[in-house]
Amino acid sequence: METLYTVLIDPFVQMVEVPDFFLQVLWEGLVSGVLYSLIALGFVLIFKSSRIFNFAQGIMVVFAALSLVGLHSFLVPYVGNEFVAAAIAMPLTLGIMYALAMGVERMVLRPLVGQPDIILFMATIGITMFLIGFGEFVFGGENKVMITEALGIPTGAIEFEPFGGFLLMEEKDVFAVVMAIILVISLLVFLNKSAMGRAIRALGDDHTAALSVGISLSTIWVLVWFIAGVIALATGIVWGARAGVSFALEVIAYKALPVLMLGGLESVSGAIIGGIAIGLLEKVFEIYWGQPLFGGNTETWFAFIFALIVLLFRPQGLFGEKIIERV
Amino acid sequence: MNAIAEQTSNSKAPAANLQVAEDILSINNIEVIYDHVVLVLKGVSLTVPRGGIVALLGANGAGKTTTLKAISNLLQAERGEVTKGNIEFQGKQVQALSPNELVRRGCIQVMEGRRCFGHLSIEDNLMTGAYTRTDGNAEIKRDLEMVYDYFPRLRERRGSQAGYTSGGEQQMCAVGRALMSRPDMILLDEPSMGLAPQLQEEIFEIVKKLNKNEGVSFLLAEQNTNVALKYATYGYIMEAGRIVLDGDAESLRENEDVKEFYLGVGGEGRKSFRDGKHYKRRKRWLA
Repeated sequence: METLYTVLIDPFVQMVEVPDFFLQVLWEGLVSGVLYSLIALGFVLIFKSSRIFNFAQGIMVVFAALSLVGLHSFLVPYVGNEFVAAAIAMPLTLGIMYALAMGVERMVLRPLVGQPDIILFMATIGITMFLIGFGEFVFGGENKVMITEALGIPTGAIEFEPFGGFLLMEEKDVFAVVMAIILVISLLVFLNKSAMGRAIRALGDDHTAALSVGISLSTIWVLVWFIAGVIALATGIVWGARAGVSFALEVIAYKALPVLMLGGLESVSGAIIGGIAIGLLEKVFEIYWGQPLFGGNTETWFAFIFALIVLLFRPQGLFGEKIIERV
Repeated sequence: MNAIAEQTSNSKAPAANLQVAEDILSINNIEVIYDHVVLVLKGVSLTVPRGGIVALLGANGAGKTTTLKAISNLLQAERGEVTKGNIEFQGKQVQALSPNELVRRGCIQVMEGRRCFGHLSIEDNLMTGAYTRTDGNAEIKRDLEMVYDYFPRLRERRGSQAGYTSGGEQQMCAVGRALMSRPDMILLDEPSMGLAPQLQEEIFEIVKKLNKNEGVSFLLAEQNTNVALKYATYGYIMEAGRIVLDGDAESLRENEDVKEFYLGVGGEGRKSFRDGKHYKRRKRWLA
């Protein structure tokens, strides 16, 4: 009886009784949710255009953040100003991500064209290992602090008093959400309105047919890997600002896996909605069910269990691309 | 065996020899191997005159599609490889080019089974054909209108997802998509597959119109010998990876063997597959 009450009734009573805290929980969930969406989009773009599940997406987040911080600390003594150094390090890091995209296309993808998918998947594991080693070799393995202030990311907090209660939003979280939304919207516009975006969607539908109309695989691949790199950098910055820059950051990319299971590997809208849903649900579950029932720390596994349960009932994911079949 | 095949193709193509300079496409004795082991094409040669419609005929598995893919260089993606011979398009060797580069040079393939992008709208499908174009949006828009003029049905359905349109509309979409690249030559693979006879005629009529008005040369692979020979000017017949017979459309239509094996008429009365003689004669012809 006691347990049933804790599971079925008490959480909702609390949500209604302390609405400002509930709002706070939702806000925190939303912040991680939009970041999951963003990373999931990186996966989806690469999968759509090349049928590759990019295992390296997580390490790209770390690598991008490390490059940014590393370049910044390298540049500060030369230019003497934190902000100027950041302003130079930022485009340089983007350049590194572009070079990485080119390198991956030239040295890994191009020679493996036409090989079974699993071989390409293995290749991305290889890329992961390379980036771990190379990142450590160049920038060192110790934890670093994200250059939040030099990048001009606000660090204060905004307070609200909804329902006569108290709601605290950290400004860097607001920044993260706004940035993620802008990135997602510009990606959507790019995919749906530009010729390149159309080519990416075409590749997702029918690879060989896309080749036959003259869509250039190399160009598209470099482009999507670069976009994935930009996404990695953006996520690296905001997540690094919350948790510090270390190789542990890689884990947040794996949080995108249940998002992908939920949203379907090919669906852009699925990635966005799935990410936000997972972010919100895992937070709400943690606070209202996880802590009283399991003593907390449910966030690490909740998303995976949830995705598994969804998969039992909808193997194509919640928003998996509808398979058009003609009879 | 090879020599015989070549002999037939040489002796019966005097017209092609006269027009050497005018050939938009010429394939010389190519051999294609899949996966390093499976020999699929065994010395295929053919030419397409500029502004011509040439039919490549033959049964399932004869190598028609492989021939087209060898030209458009889509073989690579299927682990196939041209191991011998050469392919010239507009007088230049093109084996080493990517499909993308070939489309830029004016040779595009419409694949078997239409292969529209199912989740894209008809208009988006057509626009993907313009991927290689660099002559600006105004020109592309103009060509889009031209495609809609050739295929008024596509204009009506421009907003619908291609996956939900009918087979005929998808075939039109595939041809229209190829047109959007402003090609000099279209490699058309089985345009009649799975279409009602009436629609087949409609598609071929449009092919003929495009050939006449836009000066596009066509190489079309077809199982439907009857329709193909009605619209093509010249034909090649393939069996088991080599060309066994060629000639202008009229002479092929009159040829006894073609009549019997491909058009289903001629010979003495109705044929039965139990008929031993029929089988033997076909065999001899192949060798």
